Amino acid sequence: MNTLKRRLAPYFLVLPGGLWLVLFFAVPMIAMLSLSLQQGDIVNGYSLTWHFQTYLDAINDYHVQLIRSLIYGLISTIIMIVLAFPIAYWIAFRGGKNKNTYLFLLLLPFFVSFVLRTISWGLILTDNGPVLEPLKKIGLLPESYHLLGTATAVIGGLVYNYLPFMVLPIYVAVERIDPRVVEAARDLYANPALAFRKVILPLSMPGVFAGALMTFVPTSTDYVNSSVLGSSSTTMIGQVIQAQYLTNSDYPTASALSFVLMAVMLVGIFIYARVLGTEDVMEVAAR
Amino acid sequence: MSASNFPDPSLVRGLTQSRFGRRDLLRAGGLGALGMTLAACGVKGKGKPSASVAPDAIAKFWGSKTKNGHVDFANWPLYMDPKHPELKKFTAETGITVNYQEVIQEMGPWFAKVQPQLSAGQSIGYDLMVITNSTQFGQFVDSGFLAPLDHSKMPNFAKNAGAKYKVEAYDKGNVYSVPWASGITGIAYDPKHIDVPPTKIADLWNTKYKGKVGMFSDPQELGNFGLMSLGINPDTSTESDWEKAAKHLKDQKDAGIVRKYYDQGYIEALAGGQVWMTQAWSGDIFQKNLSDGTDFKFVIPSDGGTLWTDNMTIPITAKNPVDAIELIDFFYRPEIAGTLAEYINYVSPVPAAKQQIDTDAAAAKGADKTTLQAVATSDVVFPTDEIYKRLHYYVTFDSVGESQTFNKLFEPIVLG
Repeated sequence: MNTLKRRLAPYFLVLPGGLWLVLFFAVPMIAMLSLSLQQGDIVNGYSLTWHFQTYLDAINDYHVQLIRSLIYGLISTIIMIVLAFPIAYWIAFRGGKNKNTYLFLLLLPFFVSFVLRTISWGLILTDNGPVLEPLKKIGLLPESYHLLGTATAVIGGLVYNYLPFMVLPIYVAVERIDPRVVEAARDLYANPALAFRKVILPLSMPGVFAGALMTFVPTSTDYVNSSVLGSSSTTMIGQVIQAQYLTNSDYPTASALSFVLMAVMLVGIFIYARVLGTEDVMEVAAR
Repeated sequence: MSASNFPDPSLVRGLTQSRFGRRDLLRAGGLGALGMTLAACGVKGKGKPSASVAPDAIAKFWGSKTKNGHVDFANWPLYMDPKHPELKKFTAETGITVNYQEVIQEMGPWFAKVQPQLSAGQSIGYDLMVITNSTQFGQFVDSGFLAPLDHSKMPNFAKNAGAKYKVEAYDKGNVYSVPWASGITGIAYDPKHIDVPPTKIADLWNTKYKGKVGMFSDPQELGNFGLMSLGINPDTSTESDWEKAAKHLKDQKDAGIVRKYYDQGYIEALAGGQVWMTQAWSGDIFQKNLSDGTDFKFVIPSDGGTLWTDNMTIPITAKNPVDAIELIDFFYRPEIAGTLAEYINYVSPVPAAKQQIDTDAAAAKGADKTTLQAVATSDVVFPTDEIYKRLHYYVTFDSVGESQTFNKLFEPIVLG
């Protein structure tokens, strides 16, 4: 009896997590995979015909938006690394006893809805809004200049909305660097720049790595920023999927696109992890 | 560390090793099971019911229904005075309570939201919903999701509805729907930036306003303007016409004339100076000018605008259809239709509502009087026959396949 219990113990332990995974991940995934291979329409219903052509058609029709999304994601991630590093570094090393206050301030915008904040940016950056109007009045910008509807506005929105997800992991990595290691570098006649490059930077890399993952995935799949701040020339893949689901009721195309997007992401992340290593990331994530 | 604290070797093995020996067999079985699971995931549709309504459909649906004293009403935002004076009157008179919710924002998402419940025969939580005569209207009808209306329960409708609203192509004879309000899609512009007022649809193609023109993202709205700009009547257009229109709209986009394809956000874009001229819905511009003191103009182009209609319908799974149909008929009393039109400024399907507004205007004073007089004489609230002649109906689709073809033609322009 006792041995049986012991044998079954691991399965019982894995049960809650396993069930959660099955219910909220595996089941929807299988349903979506099935949908992507079905044919039909919303009135007469869809049925499984193993129609793989949907994938080819979807890629053929929407590769422009897919590639554009990946490029926007990549650009925003790079901008976020450049912006987040000094912030994280400053809070970790110069924050003193107010560190928590600074971190709280960083997260404060999250208390307001994501969509509302993005719409506010739309109002601020509009053609005759408080930013552009004065600049146009004094002749710094031509009358036809505009920000809304351009890639700049969309990438700006992405960076603004996801920056904290980059700052926090970098902060965690930088914060745990033992100051004595930096002192040791200085003792060995490294100037501050060299100490930064040879000691701090490599030790904070796991944070950058994790931050890049945490921001690249949501920025490339985002559909709010582009629909609020962009135009038809900045359409991202998330908007296409949403339109297929909700406007066209074309469930197979929407599901196929979701899978293509997921596959592209997974392959990209896999290569990224292989090249830069995952062990440290796991360590950071575990903290 | 005592021996008993050390994990059982079987536990370690269980956590780290695979137990299955006959892997290949299981894998094959697993694939088979996956295949079956995938097949089980089909999305149920309802299929097309016979083209005409069965003669006993009305008796069948209404026969067993009784009055319950409550209605759940789903409508669009800004489609009734927020104080709901009409509903209060209704409750006071009939004792039927109304739960009014502004939950419908766009037709596509609304259909996607209620489709699973309706096809499973479950209540969607509403007994009355206002839906546009768009692509989805046909899908609601074809799926058998709408209850056939019992006209013997709607005496006010028979007496007061305008003749034009009884013969609309999407639901001839008002089998499933009666109009809530109609609107006109035309062109709005900001006279601060546009000195020569637009008069025809082609003005939206004027390169002078490059990057300052707004178009609608809805395939019907966009496509119809493309068609009308080429002199084609959307209501009778064919697939080859759609292709021509799509090409024409694509040219407009490629020339950099269109700033963005908007949904309801076009009003803010007009107010924020992003666009100077845009496709627009009649009542919106009137309301915006009234509430924010702006001076935007709305014109119905000489070569056409579209007339669309939002309709009151009863979902087939409604729990309180008898109360709902009583409320529907209540809105066809001229005095009720009148106060409604005063607030929403869309076209009322009840011509006699005009007298009610005239009466109210005569009784009002100051600014209210001016506003009410403006409503009563407004071409977009009570269009003249000359204007009706210029207006076209939406494209009506015979099948879902046809509507998808249409959407697929115009969607790439919006999504770019």
